[in-house]
Amino acid sequence: MEKYRIDTSKGLEFGLYTLGDHIPDPKTGKRISAQQRIKEIIELAQHAEQAGIDFFSVGESHQDYFVTQAHSVVLSAIAQATKNIKIGSSSTIISTSDPVRVYEDFATIDLISDGRAEIIAGRASRVGLYHLLGYNLSDYEALFEEKFDLLLKINEEEIVNWSGNYREPLKNAEILPRPKNGSLPIWRAVGGTSSSAMKAGYAGVPMMLAALGGPAGIYKNIIEAYRETARNNGFDPSALPVGTTGFFFAAETSQEAMREMYPYINEGMVLTNGQGFPKQAFAQAADKRSVINVGSSQQIIEKILYQYELFGHQRYLAQMDFGGMPFDRLMKNIEIIGTEILPAIRKYTAKK
Amino acid sequence: MKLVGVSGSLIGSKTSKAVFEVLQAAKAIDPSIEIELIDLKDYEVEFVKGTPLSYYNNDTVKVVNTVSTADFLVIGTPIYQASIPGALKNLFDHMPMDVFKNKVTGMITTAGTDKHFLVQEFQLKPILTYLKGVVPSANVFVHNNDFNENNEITNPEVNNRIRLLADEMIFLQKSLSGRDKN
Amino acid sequence: MKIVGISGSIVGSKTRTAMNCLSREISEKLPEAQFTLIDLAEYNLQFSDGRNYLEYEGDTGYVTKTIMEADALVIGTPIFQASIPATLKNIFDLLPVSAFRDKVVSILVTAGSAKHYLVVEQQLKPIVSYMKGQIVQTYVFIEEKDFHNKQIVNDDVLFRIERLVEDTVLLTETLTKLREEKEAKYDF
Repeated sequence: MEKYRIDTSKGLEFGLYTLGDHIPDPKTGKRISAQQRIKEIIELAQHAEQAGIDFFSVGESHQDYFVTQAHSVVLSAIAQATKNIKIGSSSTIISTSDPVRVYEDFATIDLISDGRAEIIAGRASRVGLYHLLGYNLSDYEALFEEKFDLLLKINEEEIVNWSGNYREPLKNAEILPRPKNGSLPIWRAVGGTSSSAMKAGYAGVPMMLAALGGPAGIYKNIIEAYRETARNNGFDPSALPVGTTGFFFAAETSQEAMREMYPYINEGMVLTNGQGFPKQAFAQAADKRSVINVGSSQQIIEKILYQYELFGHQRYLAQMDFGGMPFDRLMKNIEIIGTEILPAIRKYTAKK
Repeated sequence: MKLVGVSGSLIGSKTSKAVFEVLQAAKAIDPSIEIELIDLKDYEVEFVKGTPLSYYNNDTVKVVNTVSTADFLVIGTPIYQASIPGALKNLFDHMPMDVFKNKVTGMITTAGTDKHFLVQEFQLKPILTYLKGVVPSANVFVHNNDFNENNEITNPEVNNRIRLLADEMIFLQKSLSGRDKN
Repeated sequence: MKIVGISGSIVGSKTRTAMNCLSREISEKLPEAQFTLIDLAEYNLQFSDGRNYLEYEGDTGYVTKTIMEADALVIGTPIFQASIPATLKNIFDLLPVSAFRDKVVSILVTAGSAKHYLVVEQQLKPIVSYMKGQIVQTYVFIEEKDFHNKQIVNDDVLFRIERLVEDTVLLTETLTKLREEKEAKYDF
């Protein structure tokens, strides 16, 4: 775990992630400017650090209603604005980027941040960026696999010799600068299927699993498939971190949390996916078994500990800013996380 | 004797890999068999529009002719919305009546969940039998998890089923050959 | 109420003729309903490549978005090779897995022979169920002999189309009302 900068004796890590969505507040119909949204994301990272949150990450989505397409640039600003919190991408679409450039960027962010940068590499759930960035959608799978492999190779080797199908070969290429401690933690982002998780297992890399809805039990099965595949391919699963990501919203009471969050998650889904979040399904999110962490701080603590028991994971990433959620609500959530949720989670998950 | 494999997916490479494995297995059993893989991803097949075949583009003509003149076939399908893809159905829509008469038409499915196991039985098989294809008792269902990181099928049970399918298809087709096409 | 009719074939005229009858019936009986008929023969649609439906452009984008905005769908289909045509299956492939959640789907089928009667039960309904549609169980089955000169000449068929429209509206209204009542009870 040290290779991935995770100290399990401190217990489950808690992080925040944003996709950088830029959606009008459904209650007012008004949308803040792109500039304000970006500045608020940077500020959010600062407040997360002050609250003792372990990790903060920003994703890239190249489509309407998003604002952090240049997510590594935003992360660079966060690197400068913070001191201790670990920072990363969630995720970097490696399929449509040159791994050399991505590595140069993140190694630089690592140096600016004094060794706090990580990469979570994913494939994108949307396809518009393939056309936008000049790639062929029919190479969807092959692009990711080749570029992810190259990214891992650059991380392991200072002098790279490589050839593939989607870019010119590298001959004795020195990829500079190097990160502060020689390498970066690089995770594979995984959607909700076991076969996708198994690919992270084959490569023996950390897995960041999107757990966006439904009962927690289904994600346990996926995590087990990942660990078993890693074991069968000669890797030690106990040395490989697992992270989960999902919707989060805390308030004084469960009812208040549900009431406050629903319009945002519903509108966010409508605008980015086309279909809203069914009320019936959201009502089930109040149940402990649902993987959505919404409720009072006590309920959320119970949920996260229940998930910890099932998954044995090392990091949980919360998405609470989806759908145009106003900044004051986010600040309130950070306060609840820092004063109530984090102390309880650490108390129960830290190795004594 | 020519065996044509059809991969009915326009996305990814698992289905075409699975079909290719059946073709290889058949070749290993009887090296005299000629094999050809039609991967629909590689062709721009037009939707059926009701005109004679000569009015379609070259890809459509090539694919339709290769499939309709094969001695026997193995059809590979992924699962889209609990059925076969529109692209594969379109290929069947291009076929003349009774096109698979006295021809063995094997089935191999790739899917992300075992819950789709019966789709080939209830959605694909009735179409093949309507076209008068002889569907063997053996069939193959390949879960995405049966592929390794290099897109190879590593589950020995699946590979065995592929061999059994190829074996039965060859046996049935040899028994059928020379039978009056009318 | 938004009702979308889909004429699922780009070949021949019978399904379109039947959908025209349905269209007339809806405009006469339900002037307040918003009805859109999508005849796939009038659009140039691409094969599904798995992307989110919002990301299709042109005709494909128009057709998928129109279907997704409907409260109720009437699917008109001929029978091709003992199943639905590829053009119609492709429409389903273009949509999300749960595309028909909270939608009512009713079916009208044209066929050359009564022997194809069960194709809807075996081939089409399982797909609609999988996509979470609420199916009007009774469908209108129209045979070759019910048509003449691009008109439906069998009055029974017109009767059954009338009832299909009624059943579609009844089920849509009922389910909408029940869902709204249920949702009003949630405190969010």
